[in-house]
Amino acid sequence: MDKISFNLSLFSYLMASLGYFVYLAYRRPLVSTFAGWMVAFGLVCQTVTIGIRSSQTGHGPYTTSFEVALFLSWLMVVVYILAEWKYKIKDLGAFVIPLVFIVLLFSAFLSKETALVPESEVRFWLTMHRTLSIMGYAAFSIAFAAGIMYLIQEHQVKTKKLGIMYFRMPSLEVLDNLNFKVIMIGFPLFTLGFMTGSIQNTEMNQPFFSWDLTRTLPLVATWLIYCLIFFGRMAVGLRGKKAAQGAIFGFITVIGTYFLHIL
Amino acid sequence: MISTESNLVLVGVNHKATPVEIREKLAFNQVKLEASLEHLVRCPEIVENIILSTCNRVEIYARVENTDQGIQLLKDFICDYHGLSRGSLDQYFYSYRDNQAIEHLFRVSSSLDSMILGEAQILGQVKDAYNTARASSSTGLVLNQLFEKAFNVAKKVREETGISERGVSISSAAVELAKKIFDDLENHSVMLVGTGEMAELAAKHLISYGVKTVYVASRTYERAISLAQTLNGCALDFDAFKEELYRADIVITSTSAPKFIINKEMIEKAIHKRKNKPIFLIDIAVPRDIAPEVNDLENVYLYDIDDLQNVVNANMEERQKEAENAMEIIKQEVAKFNNWFSILDAVPTIIEMRNRAEEMRKIEVEKTLKNLSHLSKNDQKAIHQLTQSLVNKILHKPTINLKKKIQSKDGHVYLQAIRHLFHLDD
Repeated sequence: MDKISFNLSLFSYLMASLGYFVYLAYRRPLVSTFAGWMVAFGLVCQTVTIGIRSSQTGHGPYTTSFEVALFLSWLMVVVYILAEWKYKIKDLGAFVIPLVFIVLLFSAFLSKETALVPESEVRFWLTMHRTLSIMGYAAFSIAFAAGIMYLIQEHQVKTKKLGIMYFRMPSLEVLDNLNFKVIMIGFPLFTLGFMTGSIQNTEMNQPFFSWDLTRTLPLVATWLIYCLIFFGRMAVGLRGKKAAQGAIFGFITVIGTYFLHIL
Repeated sequence: MISTESNLVLVGVNHKATPVEIREKLAFNQVKLEASLEHLVRCPEIVENIILSTCNRVEIYARVENTDQGIQLLKDFICDYHGLSRGSLDQYFYSYRDNQAIEHLFRVSSSLDSMILGEAQILGQVKDAYNTARASSSTGLVLNQLFEKAFNVAKKVREETGISERGVSISSAAVELAKKIFDDLENHSVMLVGTGEMAELAAKHLISYGVKTVYVASRTYERAISLAQTLNGCALDFDAFKEELYRADIVITSTSAPKFIINKEMIEKAIHKRKNKPIFLIDIAVPRDIAPEVNDLENVYLYDIDDLQNVVNANMEERQKEAENAMEIIKQEVAKFNNWFSILDAVPTIIEMRNRAEEMRKIEVEKTLKNLSHLSKNDQKAIHQLTQSLVNKILHKPTINLKKKIQSKDGHVYLQAIRHLFHLDD
């Protein structure tokens, strides 16, 4: 059952991605409506998958690499729907949903084995740590998409070569604003995730700074990048192209960190 | 009695082949339009008509009894109405019938036939013409359906092609760029350096899109004041504008200075003071007012007059390309409209066929019931119901299939066959 719903969601996101691409290129309103329904259907199927998986394991979808990818892509869709609803940027889908599809497709190749989580204080902190971090990552993924869109649009306006994307994509202001807003939300979540992670480590009776360096160093780097973007914006008006590049670089680090964890 | 043609005709002149001196003579006065429509619809030849009269075209759409006669009649009417002789005007008229007339209307309402491709005004004018005609009852089933369809087609073309997406004047291209940089222009400010006519026009355009704050700087302070007054802005001393640059989101320069008056350092300073909030610089002066390397700065976008002209040219080309996509939509919609029309053609036959069957049923049932006088009222009713539903069942498939087949190329053969088989033309 969970296999069926998983495959259905994968298929829906693929169709939605294609739909959004077609919409970006040919502007057929029907296609974008279709893509929208596909995303909604995919989300429902994925929710079912997560529900079944959680009832089997007895805990949230955040212990194994597979679960993390499943949960991250689910949250990406949720954040996407919220951002789309708030900012009415239809073409955001063409940049986010393919990413969701890739993450989910990737997760299909990961081990589906379940991991045990001990019943204790540790469990609470682990839940908090993973959930908050993944929520932060989902927000960062939207910032990543907005950043790419910003760079495309900025390049066109700057070089005065106004292609089809110039007319189809939203203004620099809207993209910059979206980039900023999602990092504003994502960074505190990620920071809290970071902190609860250290608490969890202490609960597990490990000294505060005894973590595996190859695993923690990239995390610290990721945190520093978003910290720079976050405070740079507040303090010195870091915006536009640099902010977009920052969001893209930051998300690449996130992905790199994830892979380091898997290896 | 069978017509597979819609009997639609169109007679008109437009900006493409007819000079304005002729067009203005043939234009219909909006006030007297209703009288003209009523006059036309009283002609026995003309079933329905709509007059579209704008500064670029005069066209009469009509459904007539006979297309050849109808076209002549409409040409005569246009000339007679304006007290002109037809001889010298005949060369200007174009006339279309049926499919071509439908296609032409769809092209006109979608602004493919306009002087400026994709302009929005024409759709409103077609709507007005239609409403006036409806109000004076000169339209009927077919033209109503046709024009409603034309509005839908225009909407579809606008939504699904980029035909009206791109600005085709310098100031509209500038506004578009400003919107792509700042999104909502409300709460944004513009500074005019120099009071050139083009700069004023662009500023007015920006103001119409919501720009609230306007600064005007000019070497002659009086001109700055007077332009600031017309634009509801504030005048700046020419020497002071450099210090105030940071206040403006959009700067339009149009001075006659022989050298650059704005250089990279000035903008660098301004952008720093603005905490990197973007600046859009429009230099429409020749020789240029702003050093081109300013564009290298981040969050600064500099367009000179040539850049804007290039954008306009590219936009025009793009509209031309989009017009091809629009034509595809129009071709499909003409076919759809024809389907509707051919079904309409089949409707009288279907009604006749059903009436004929019902007649026969009634006669036969009554004959039978006469010999079955012992039956109760309810039983008689049941027999009526039974036979009715029998007839309906038998005719259901032929009706559906006729409606389907009539849309095909040899649809009228089916129509004729039905009429023949059911003896409808006795």
